[in-house]
Amino acid sequence: MKNTLKKIASSLNSLMIPLVALFLLLLFNLFRDVSFFRITLDDKGVLSGNLVSIINSASELAIIGMGMTLVTASCGGQDISVGTVSAIAGAVFAKMLLKAFTVITIPTILLSVLVAILVTILFKLFNGVLVAVFRIQPMIATLILYSSGRSIASWIIVDATTKIEDPLVRYIGMTIPGSPIPTPIFITAIMGLVLVLIFKLTNLSLYTQTVGINQGAARLNGINPIVVKLLCFGVLGVCVTLASVIQIGRIGSLTQNTMLADIEMDAILAVAIGGNSLGGGKFRISGTVLGAYVIETLMTTLRSMNVDTSSIKAYKALAIIAVVVAGSPVIKALASNLWKKIREQVFVGTSKEAIR
Amino acid sequence: MPNETVLEMRGICKQFPGTKALNNVDFTLRKGEIHALMGENGAGKSTLIKVLTGVYEKDSGSIRIDGVAGEAQIHSPQDAQNIGISTVYQEITLCPNLTVAENMFIGRDRGVGVRWKEYEKRAGEILNNLGIPARPKQELSRCSLAVQQMVAIARAVDMNCKVLILDEPTSSLDEKEVQMLFELMRDLKNRGVGIVFVTHFLEQVYAVSDRITVLRNGELVGEYLVEDLPQVELVARMMGKDLDDMVDLEAVGEKSQGSDEIVYEATGLASTECKPFDFRIRRGEVNGFTGLLGSGRSESVRAIFGADRVTGGTVKVKGLRKTVTNPHKAMKQGIGYLPEDRKRDGIIADLSVRDNIILALQVMKGFFHPMTKAQMKSFADEYINALQIKTASQDTPIKSLSGGNQQKVILARWLLTHPDYLILDEPTRGIDVGTKLEIQRLVLKLAEENMSVTFISSEIEEMLRTCSRLIVMRDRNIVGELTGEDLTQAKVMKTIAGGGQ
Repeated sequence: MKNTLKKIASSLNSLMIPLVALFLLLLFNLFRDVSFFRITLDDKGVLSGNLVSIINSASELAIIGMGMTLVTASCGGQDISVGTVSAIAGAVFAKMLLKAFTVITIPTILLSVLVAILVTILFKLFNGVLVAVFRIQPMIATLILYSSGRSIASWIIVDATTKIEDPLVRYIGMTIPGSPIPTPIFITAIMGLVLVLIFKLTNLSLYTQTVGINQGAARLNGINPIVVKLLCFGVLGVCVTLASVIQIGRIGSLTQNTMLADIEMDAILAVAIGGNSLGGGKFRISGTVLGAYVIETLMTTLRSMNVDTSSIKAYKALAIIAVVVAGSPVIKALASNLWKKIREQVFVGTSKEAIR
Repeated sequence: MPNETVLEMRGICKQFPGTKALNNVDFTLRKGEIHALMGENGAGKSTLIKVLTGVYEKDSGSIRIDGVAGEAQIHSPQDAQNIGISTVYQEITLCPNLTVAENMFIGRDRGVGVRWKEYEKRAGEILNNLGIPARPKQELSRCSLAVQQMVAIARAVDMNCKVLILDEPTSSLDEKEVQMLFELMRDLKNRGVGIVFVTHFLEQVYAVSDRITVLRNGELVGEYLVEDLPQVELVARMMGKDLDDMVDLEAVGEKSQGSDEIVYEATGLASTECKPFDFRIRRGEVNGFTGLLGSGRSESVRAIFGADRVTGGTVKVKGLRKTVTNPHKAMKQGIGYLPEDRKRDGIIADLSVRDNIILALQVMKGFFHPMTKAQMKSFADEYINALQIKTASQDTPIKSLSGGNQQKVILARWLLTHPDYLILDEPTRGIDVGTKLEIQRLVLKLAEENMSVTFISSEIEEMLRTCSRLIVMRDRNIVGELTGEDLTQAKVMKTIAGGGQ
């Protein structure tokens, strides 16, 4: 019992930054407008309200963030091509579904997703080989696809916008009839569970951290750093495809030039807010997912305050600077010192009373 | 304060949560002396130095410096530097991609603008003056480690230091480089600089020091003139033991010759880093590779483990031909390797002691067969107890352990894989005397239990005590093999020098 409590305390400790950020944001909303928290069932029997919509719309970011966390941990760098490669994934998915199968049923959708996943993994492995074998810095290695990804997507599907309005596809991004919870939330949860399962059944987590902390020592202990890094990029490929398909289902169309634009920066941010070192090593996927929710809560808060769309990014930047500075080693050290002093004083105070 | 004294520390106390790191310690340094500060790991040497250099604030006590009226106020490394205390650390803290001159003058500008021409000229003068073989315009990374160290010293000296602290300056230098460094130290001494010399190498203390101050468990044991304190006595003082206990140091146990079965045999084995060589080891045998740093001893064992790219040769493990071209294959053949550079190649700094212990075994079990948490815990517990690893808990990151305990964790990692053949490259480097003895005893015990061990150490005595066969290397070639009565320091030296046959 005591051990479990200790464990919970220690994991809470390492998730301190995203949790506190989330708490403060929610607290702010509590004082600003309590109705922010209202959750209702709409006429179709679907849960609606700010909180549901935050978790729902953060799905793509959370899923890509999971893969980004692994790549960051093993390579000590970030993949900046996730947004543009999601356009490729979407294009492959749409082309398979509309041109190869032409009929839209659950099996054809699943098969199309599978093909899209495989193609995306290949693209990610290309990044991975540049990083792991040729030891190019991840940001440079992925810069190539960052700038060319959307053009490649346009080769696959020429039209700038491809409408996919079939209800089966829309269910992926919206809600399956009868379910009160939007589907993306389910997909995020499943992806999270799959990763948890992978960490339970394989050594991916241990290997990734070892390679990220000390690649040379990892090799001397029989770990092949190249394979580990490629695996991480492979997982990221799966994540990017899922995010892409959710996005298509949500909008009901594929627009390769704007799809998931700038998500790479938000994903990196989610990793950082989650308390993960961008230099690689130890990581926490749950931190990144919380980080994604922090970002989305922030955006939703700003929107519900009717902040002008053109200035929303400036406010977002301000809030993010606050979060990142709060999580910096300098502030952390200050806070822990302060906490120690407070505890000492409380402790001394009570013990004096006890003597009296 | 007497005239010839340059530094006087009195009654220094420093408390850390849970431990009293320094308790009422005195330390006196005179002008123009080399003063060795000795003690096991955790004795308080580093804390004392950090108090002196302003990294830590002392809790109580006083520090006086020649030329500074009253008590010296040292609250930051900058303060220490300003009153003439300079430190050169074990790990070189210069910028490798700047030139020698830039390294000597960077961060010291008083005025506006950088006067590189002037600096280069001045750097040239200083280097010349001190006899340091480096050119001002040379990129620092192109100098040998020893020269880099000397540049760091030159930088310190040029900042008009009165007290120069050398913290383990020789740990990565070879014999010749150490001599060069000693020359420089003697030269500085004659110029009146007081030098505090911290090292693990006992011989070096006697080669160069005038006085020795010994600390143990944060307390002062005493200050001695070198001639008054023989080496064995020094060790006894450091360990806090009587001389009678020291018989142990001479013989840590029965040496093992091993059985007739050949566990590992290499013919013409070569890697990108070493020339082809032949090598074999019997079951239960302890052998050693000796030779100066850079003679190729580490490179040879790395080739055995496949740590560098293997370029040729055949390998037989227990009589069967095997390809051992990378660490993973070596591990599968029952070979373990504790690398020379613990920090760079051994520890996974941010991971817990537990993860560091189970790592190699886990890798051998395979990617799809992770151990359960309970298994990991019990393995970690077993070896933390068996090797008496001092750690707050299994979950403590290995980086917060002392050097000796980190080394024990890496040892535990390999022992846990139950190798047939274990290679230990410098397992005793940079760790305290007590742990060194423990490791030597352990090696002999393992051999008794039929493990074959290759033991490499820079301290020849250690190898003479543990190995039944010594392979002597010079300039990347095997130049001799010593067994039986030939296992003496003199014979080893002679073979290294080239007159052994």
